[in-house]
Amino acid sequence: MRQAEIRESVLSATERSSAETGELSDVQRGNRYNDARQVSRHSEVGMLRAAWIIAAKDLKIEYRERSAIVSAVSFSILGITLFFFAWDPTGVSSVDLAPGVLWVVFSFGGLLALHRSFGVEQPTRAIDALLAAPIERESIYLGKALANFVFVLVIQLISVPALILLYNLPLNGAVPMLCLVIGLATLGLIAVGTLFSAMAVNTRLAELLLPLLSLPFFVPIVICAAQSTAIMLSGRPVLEAAAYLKVLVAYDVVAIVLCTLVYPYLIEQ
Amino acid sequence: MYAGVSLLNRAMKISKLAVFALAAVVAVYIRAIFFTPIELRQGLAQKILYIHAPAAWVAFMAFGLVALVSILYLWLKDPKFDLIAESSAEIGLMFTTVVLITGPLWAKPVWGTYWTWDARLTLTLFMWFIYVGYVILRGAVDDKAMRARYSAVLGIVGAALIPFIHVSVYIFRTLHPQPVLMKPDAPSMPPAMTVTLLSSLVAFTVLYIWLLRDRYKLAVEREAAADSLSLGA
Amino acid sequence: MDRVALAVHSCDDTGVMATPVVFAENLVRSFGARRAVDGVSVSLEAGECLALFGPNGAGKTTLLRLLGGLLRPNSGALKIAGSDAGSKEVRGRIGVISHHTMLYDSYTAQENVELAASLYGVKSPRDAADMALNRMGAGEYSHLPVKQMSRGMQQRVSIARALVHGPDLILADEPFTGLDAAGSQALGDMLRSVKDEGAAIAIVTHNLDEALSLCTQAAIMRRGRFVRLDAAPIPNLAEYNALYKELAIEAG
Repeated sequence: MRQAEIRESVLSATERSSAETGELSDVQRGNRYNDARQVSRHSEVGMLRAAWIIAAKDLKIEYRERSAIVSAVSFSILGITLFFFAWDPTGVSSVDLAPGVLWVVFSFGGLLALHRSFGVEQPTRAIDALLAAPIERESIYLGKALANFVFVLVIQLISVPALILLYNLPLNGAVPMLCLVIGLATLGLIAVGTLFSAMAVNTRLAELLLPLLSLPFFVPIVICAAQSTAIMLSGRPVLEAAAYLKVLVAYDVVAIVLCTLVYPYLIEQ
Repeated sequence: MYAGVSLLNRAMKISKLAVFALAAVVAVYIRAIFFTPIELRQGLAQKILYIHAPAAWVAFMAFGLVALVSILYLWLKDPKFDLIAESSAEIGLMFTTVVLITGPLWAKPVWGTYWTWDARLTLTLFMWFIYVGYVILRGAVDDKAMRARYSAVLGIVGAALIPFIHVSVYIFRTLHPQPVLMKPDAPSMPPAMTVTLLSSLVAFTVLYIWLLRDRYKLAVEREAAADSLSLGA
Repeated sequence: MDRVALAVHSCDDTGVMATPVVFAENLVRSFGARRAVDGVSVSLEAGECLALFGPNGAGKTTLLRLLGGLLRPNSGALKIAGSDAGSKEVRGRIGVISHHTMLYDSYTAQENVELAASLYGVKSPRDAADMALNRMGAGEYSHLPVKQMSRGMQQRVSIARALVHGPDLILADEPFTGLDAAGSQALGDMLRSVKDEGAAIAIVTHNLDEALSLCTQAAIMRRGRFVRLDAAPIPNLAEYNALYKELAIEAG
């Protein structure tokens, strides 16, 4: 029909309404609004700054609700104690058992944190406000990942000492290296997990899909982290773990860069 | 009578490519069974190589194509690429399943156990899980464009991180040498075997191309039907 | 058209010619084979309000998302305040409201609005949040967590969130949904005051009465196109209502 007609009506509508509002001194109106805007002059928000704002927001909400972190920590400790009774303590020494327990429990505990990450945005579609804001898409991913990193680190901070106490582990001066392994492993787990969390919340099988998608990608992390933890706890030279640590570092770098780059493509444009 | 005609009709529709692919596979197995020498130490069990190896080859090729067309989809936003990815992933998953079944069948008589955490077999297992996740993800997203975006991202991330699974499993194996159960060291294959193996790779590649083409056609028809339905509404 | 614009709009204080806040020509956006927005042209000046009516699936929300730069058009021209839509800068000049509040419910009103202010790069987020909340009449509740508020009050906070950076264009997607009569009235008044201060508004709604009293242009959409685009007030309201109902019934 009616391309022409529509064009016409657009034109006439604009003309008419412009004429009407125009009489009442548009300039003054504009100025009044501009004055209000002067107070809140904008400045550019950089990618990392925006990521930090989003991470701080998530952590503050997490801190305020606390139920998530409390349940994640109790889940981890519960898992540690449960595993203890699944083995014959006379057959397997706790030093041999502990690394495996730690990293299996850790990857499942991490999933709890990851599921909340984008879930928090869901009920009121707050994610839409983040997407509409003048920030890079990447900062949403980085902010979420940073918050998740801190969340999982807090879980570790409580559950690792609990493991050491409950399993009566000799530390053999392995604490600094252990911290390094925990940091590297958490980083890799969070990098891929945050991406999958962003996808899983929008699917019909959210709770099921996140572990299904994430766990195969946790395999290199769990292998490397558990094996190097075992080497450290048994007091063997750290150099033996070098190959595993290298893989962890490489995994972290690739995962963080790749996931940051692909996250914007999850969003429709 | 009618059924016979329609069957004939359908049979006529089978493409030249299909006939060629199936003929190639049959020819390879005739050669493998009757005209290729029996391996001295492994005996007849070694013949499973001619399914196992080409299936693994096709699986890797299929998942490689998934990653490639996933990148193309995110770049060009052409739904065709998404449908190719869907088709290739399902076929790759099928061939991975073949690898996972033939692997233990081969291992039992040769290594004395169905499953060893052999680096390559372990990698295949986790790869299988990743693409099961891929197929389930596709089923769990209703919006067509969103499904395409999400699975493309998974296809790319999967291909990029699978090598890490391989490397970590490989290091694990080398640092924890397990007792080798009559594991034969790979002697150089006699030329007859090599030829059979290479021709099985070619036959499976043609098989893959045929399956991919037909699976893709199916996906296109399904999308067209869905479109006409939604436009009619 | 240029002539009209020149005649009506003088220079603003920066000495630049006032350009329309929204200028869209022949916008097309498809999802697969379906054209959700199919050749829409519209122009919106500062202080104007465009109401978008139409049955579900007519493309109203898609049009709004195009204007907000959240979707890219397949073809057509789209300028927001003279710049190409979709860039970070342009997104910063837009505020979005919907029937979802987009608020974090364990955050207080103040924190929610402040968060938005800092993401939009507002210089002093705290003061800006205070101001915006006071304007929306939510000042005294600013330290209450959002989950303890009524739906109407939450919507006020949500609008404060959308206005905290002083946007030139406000996009509202069915903001009246879930509000009672008093709440709708209050929301209408707030949007009116924002409009009177020079912001442009595009609003998608099924609430004809409220929207028609607010808007300067009204469009009815069907299958991605404007069936009609009128300047408000509509001369023959009864006929207009009838057309709207007819389309709604046709869409089922």
